[in-house]
Parts: sequence; C-alpha cells; structure tokens
Amino acid sequence: MGKRTVIPFGPQHPVLPEPMHLDLVIEDERVIEAIPQMGFIHRGLEKLVAKKDFMQFVLVAERICGICAFGHSLGYSETVEALMGIEVPKRAEYLRVVWHELSRIHSHLLWLGLLADAFGYENLFMQCWRLREDVLDIFEETTGGRVILTACNVGGVEQDIENSELAGIVIRLDAMRSEYGELLKTFLKDRSVKSRLVGVGYLSKEDAFKFACVGPFGRASGLEDDVRMFGFGAYGDLAEFAPVVSNDGDGYARCEVRALEVLQSIDIIKEMVDKIPDGPFNQKIKGAPEDGSYSSSRLEQPRGECYYFAKGNGTKFLERFRIRTPTSQNVAGMVQTLQGCELADVPLNVLTIDPCISCTER
Amino acid sequence: MGSFHLTKMSLRNLFKKPATKMYPVVAPTYTSRSKGHVTCDMKECILCNICEKRCPTHAIAVNKPDETWSIDNFSCIQCLSCVRACPKACLTMEPDYTKAAFTKSTVTLHKPELTPEEKAAKEAAEKEKAERIAKAKAAKAARDAAAAASE
Repeated sequence: MGKRTVIPFGPQHPVLPEPMHLDLVIEDERVIEAIPQMGFIHRGLEKLVAKKDFMQFVLVAERICGICAFGHSLGYSETVEALMGIEVPKRAEYLRVVWHELSRIHSHLLWLGLLADAFGYENLFMQCWRLREDVLDIFEETTGGRVILTACNVGGVEQDIENSELAGIVIRLDAMRSEYGELLKTFLKDRSVKSRLVGVGYLSKEDAFKFACVGPFGRASGLEDDVRMFGFGAYGDLAEFAPVVSNDGDGYARCEVRALEVLQSIDIIKEMVDKIPDGPFNQKIKGAPEDGSYSSSRLEQPRGECYYFAKGNGTKFLERFRIRTPTSQNVAGMVQTLQGCELADVPLNVLTIDPCISCTER
Repeated sequence: MGSFHLTKMSLRNLFKKPATKMYPVVAPTYTSRSKGHVTCDMKECILCNICEKRCPTHAIAVNKPDETWSIDNFSCIQCLSCVRACPKACLTMEPDYTKAAFTKSTVTLHKPELTPEEKAAKEAAEKEKAERIAKAKAAKAARDAAAAASE
C-alpha cells in the first residue's frame, strides 16, 4: 500500500473553463477520494431581483451562463408566467422550443468538441466547433445575438421568425446533419475514441438514482429522466418523445447520449416548424405578481433538469427567485465516478458531467 | 471500429475556403437583426426621457436643458429596451459594432440647429399656444366671476 497524498485540482486548471476545486486524495496513481469545493465565482445574481423589476430581470437571468443563456431566460419567463397566470401565445411557445433546441445543439456540440480536446483529438474538436458556428449564425440571423439572445421575455418572445426563415433553418440543419453524421461516426466508432472512453468513470444506475443525477449524465446510467417528456409548453404537441438512454454508465455512454440528442433536437425543431401556428408572438403584461404568490417550474436544460422558484410580494420586484441547476445535482455523482479512478482520468471524468459552474454558483 | 472516419472530411476541408474570417482585416457580415449599437435620430427625438428610464444598465442619459442625448456604448447591453420603448421610433439598433478603445467614453448627440423657417414655425406654434392658454385662462376667469356674481 502506497502513501496517501492530497493533490489540489483547480480552481485554475487547463481542463476546466470555469473554476472548481477538487482535493484529490491519491494512493499511488489511484484516486481514493475527491472532495469538491465550489463558490469561486458566486455573483449573487438571484439577489438582483430586489433591484431589477420582473420584466428586466430576464436580462439578468440570461446572463447567468453563456451556454444555457436562452434556457435560463425561458425558465425564468415560464416561472413568472405561472406566478401571474399568464397564458403565452401558441406561436411564442413553439418559437421558444425552436430556440431552446438550437441552444441544446450548440451546447452539445461545444461539449463534444471539449471532450475531443480532452482526449487529444484536435481535429475532431475543431470540426465540432466549426459546426457549432452554423448554429450561432442562425441565432444571429433570428435574434441579433450569438450568445446572449435576448429573445425570450415574460409573455412571449421578443421577435418573430418568419415562416420562410424557419424553413431556411430546417434546410440548414439538414445540411448540418449529413456533416454531423461523419462526426457522429467518429465519436461512436473510432478506435482511439473508444479506447479512451469505454469503461472510464463508470456510474451504476443505482448510484445515479441515489445521487439524483439528472440530464445526459443520469440518462447515460440508465435513468429515464427528461423533463421534455412531461410535455410542458410546446413539447406537449410533439407526436412522440422518448429520451435517449444508455445503460453503460461510462464516459462513452455519456458521449453517445449527448451525440444522439443533437439529432433528436434537429428532429424536434423540424416537427415544431411543421406544426407552428400563425398568430401573435407576444402580449403586453400588466400588473405585478401578487403578494404571497409563488410558483415553480422545471426545464430540461442541455445539462439536465433545472428547477426555478419565484415568489411575489405585490410589487414589480420579486420577493425571491431561486434556481437549482443540473450541475449542482450532478456533482455528487461526479465525486462517485472519481473514486477509484486513475489520476489521468480525472479531467475526463470531470468533463463528462459537462460541468457548468457559472450556472451552479450564479 | 476503425481509425480513419474523419479522413474524408479532413481531405474535403483542404480544398474548401476557411471557415473563419480574418477579422478585422476582412469586414464582418452583419444580418439585418444584428445588435451593434444604438443611435438616435435627434431631429425626431423629443427628449422624453423614457429610454433613460427603461435602460437596465443606465447607459443612456438625456439632458433636457442642453437638448442632448448621450449613450455609453461600453455599458449598453444591446437589449433593445430603449428602441422598443421609444414613442417617436427615433432610436434604432445599427448592426455594426462600435470600435474597441483604450478609454471608456460616451457618445453625445445634440439637437440639430433649426433652419430660419423651422425656427419661425416653432415660434409661431409657441405664440399660438401661449395665446390659446391666455384665452382659456381669461374664459375661466370670466366663468368664475359670473359664478361668484350669481351667488
């Protein structure tokens, strides 16, 4: 038995785009225990509900994180709409789903690129990010922003997408699908990718359930858990929806689930564009949330289930707003995968939960 | 299994144009909805202050006595709140981005100098308004006096 050593990992580390600290207790080259520590980039954004009124706060909610930007503005809007009993026009609901699924595609392509970079496949990394640029271009053409879209607001969406533009988006996504197919084949069938991912960071279904893992991380361990299947908003109009699930529970399964979800998102967008009704896309909001009223909503972010809570106090400022993000749920599962793994696998295991520290610390 | 799944794409990319642009040497292409910077048509602006009140980052300042409208482009988050709130639709979002700079600065726009005709028209309108007010005041005083006399 070797001597136990504690190695600090982060908060500044090449594999981590955002700061998170891990104390790795290692014995020889094996990790015995990992102790996470967070809170390096807490900005107190939830508290800003006291300074920004409920219509302006959507701009703050969007800036919680750059990758889940649209998701957070959508989650916040849905929560406040539930708080005030506002019914959103049907067209706005469909447009929200289109943008949200585009966000999922760009988030997953970003992650797949980072994964390729983590196991040293630079070419694959660059091809993933090149494809992601197409999605960002669609964002710029439809909303004017590439990362911060400012497209969603309480009561609907800020701007419409013409039906002809929507058809153009579908054509571009179809063109992307054939190129993405080649990347998918590389991710799922390449020998070098498999040798680096198969069996790395195993998490059993029981553990995933015990640690309440959400999103692709939980689904890769066999948990059939996806908020989209409950049919909130326009998701309820989908002909069928079955979450992408894998039972392997290792890094390869997480890669597979996310890679296949990109295709699933393209299919959802196509269906939404086919079914989108004409009509208004926004409505004027009058009044303020009632005193003592509270509401909550759930949303499937690219990283998993995100929970929003809002409480009104009769003024235009909310009393309380709270977000529970997917990464905060998945950290316990990540620590579990780190136990017993090789030191060289730590960066890959941290990456496979797709950590988003900005969301988690807000 | 196999190792050369990406070769086809790599070879294809050898004969394609680069996916990136040599910005800023090559000018970027903006879309009609691109959010660059906000400008104000001072001819139309009535200095009503609504844009200043709606701005979430306090980037806009309206000075009524000096008849100026100024924006701090470094604070502006291009949220379009001001453009949507403007009652005269004189604010527009231009698609091109502002240039990088070493120091933060604000852009101040002044109300344009009026031409002699416009000046005369404005003075005439003001005179007419003053006359109307005086007339209304006199009528009210006469009404009040009549009411007091009848009591």
